[in-house]
Amino acid sequence: MPRFRCLILLALLALLSACGSTPAAPAPTTLNVFAAASLTEAFTEIGKSFEATHPGTTVAFNFAGSQQLAQQIAQGAPADVFASANTSQMNALITSGHVISGTQETFARNRLVVITPKENPGKIGSLNDLAKSGIKLVLADKSVPVGGYSLTFLDKASKQPEYTSEYSPTVLKNVVSYEENVKAVLSKVTLGEADAGIVYTSDISRAAADKVNNIDIPDELNVIASYPIAPVKNSKNAATAQQFVTYVLSSDGQDVLEKYGFLPVAR
Amino acid sequence: MAKLALSQTHTTRSAVTLSHKQPRRLLLVLASLPLLLFLLVPLVALALRISVADMLAHLSTPQVAQAVTLSITTTLMTTFITVVSGTPLAYLLARHRFRGRTVLDTLLDLPMVLPPSVAGIALLIAFGRQGMIGSYLNDLGWSIPFTQAAVVLAQMFVAAPYFVKAAVSGFAGVERDLEQSAALDGAGPLQIFRAITLPLAWPALLSGAVMTWARAVGEFGATIIFAGNFPGRTQTMPLAIYIGFELDLQIALTLSIILLATSFGVLFVVKRLLHQRV
Repeated sequence: MPRFRCLILLALLALLSACGSTPAAPAPTTLNVFAAASLTEAFTEIGKSFEATHPGTTVAFNFAGSQQLAQQIAQGAPADVFASANTSQMNALITSGHVISGTQETFARNRLVVITPKENPGKIGSLNDLAKSGIKLVLADKSVPVGGYSLTFLDKASKQPEYTSEYSPTVLKNVVSYEENVKAVLSKVTLGEADAGIVYTSDISRAAADKVNNIDIPDELNVIASYPIAPVKNSKNAATAQQFVTYVLSSDGQDVLEKYGFLPVAR
Repeated sequence: MAKLALSQTHTTRSAVTLSHKQPRRLLLVLASLPLLLFLLVPLVALALRISVADMLAHLSTPQVAQAVTLSITTTLMTTFITVVSGTPLAYLLARHRFRGRTVLDTLLDLPMVLPPSVAGIALLIAFGRQGMIGSYLNDLGWSIPFTQAAVVLAQMFVAAPYFVKAAVSGFAGVERDLEQSAALDGAGPLQIFRAITLPLAWPALLSGAVMTWARAVGEFGATIIFAGNFPGRTQTMPLAIYIGFELDLQIALTLSIILLATSFGVLFVVKRLLHQRV
């Protein structure tokens, strides 16, 4: 599986960087951070500044759908920190004893947005247009947090008089693919293969911003995703893992998250 | 297996000088064991992880049934189209020497070494709605991504070379003299192909077709990128296993066992069939 290959690569990289450190530096540690795919850009930057402020520490990331990361950790993958895009995957690990209850903290929030390719081939200008027959809509699979939230949004809208109860089933008829993570949804829309998709606002803050149009989902219909983070119980680098969690929650970490379109947590 | 090797160790130790053949064979068995075990252990672990009752209970879930049906239809389609369109190509490569033949032959190897995700992206860029060829098709009203056709194309792209490669060596193994003497006797090219080339080359064609089918059954990366993931339309067994791994491990295990059992069955039967012929 590609993710395991990725892990091996990370491990090799970690070995290489361990070889490169000078003897004077503190014992080199590699911190394995398993983080939701939607955190890719923000956490990569946070990881770099964490490494800069913690000499001798290398942060190795494994970005994937939260549900997949939770499965990997449950099957014994060597994770030190878990950052999930929803509370249910974190709770699953707490229940199975891989994360100690009470150590998890919400570090960011995110909200949904509808995106279309810049050329807008489906001519979608409003949430109602998602129900137009014949458009190609791409959602994340319901096993992925953002996929579950997308369905919640459709449900909520269906209960509003302006959308009617037919809204959700009609929109779902337009779905051509349930992608396995949020970045895949974004790619299919930026490539113009899909007429619309539902992603997080944080996904379109940077590189993708000039390739897509976004249609805002009003607060009363939107789902605000809470991102919890926690050190993994069996981590061999427990102290560093806790330091990383603290760093993400610090104003430095929060600034980076905000820069990438996340809603920072109330401080 | 381990027991067998162990008992052999004892017998050979007590009769060291008796034969030169036996210790050599024992060494060979010992040297073969690590890889053999490594290849078998994960499969056994997979099979032991799920009970028969659980499997039967999951067999009838729509997710499993849809994925199995879709995998069967798309892989058979892939194999059929590959055999029909790959046979002339293989014959051309086997029978004619022309400039660029090695380049062509090497190009045919590429899909086999290419990571399937690269294949998926390449297919999307070529046949996607905004793709090199796909944009013209789209003007004609044909949109390939997210359809069953996309599943078949993804499978063909990665799996067809296996058939072509096997067929080339099959055709190359047919003596040219036979074909030529038939031609001297007045047989037409199609007649020669049907009466001489095909009957002699068919074991290679069959095993090539089965290799293509087997590769198509396992296709994942190109499919999820090019065809997407929609239950009943583009969610083949490997995709359902991947998504199932995250949602419901039992579904993933059930599908994995079905995949393993059918693949083993087909490969085994074909192997027996070919051995009987040769």
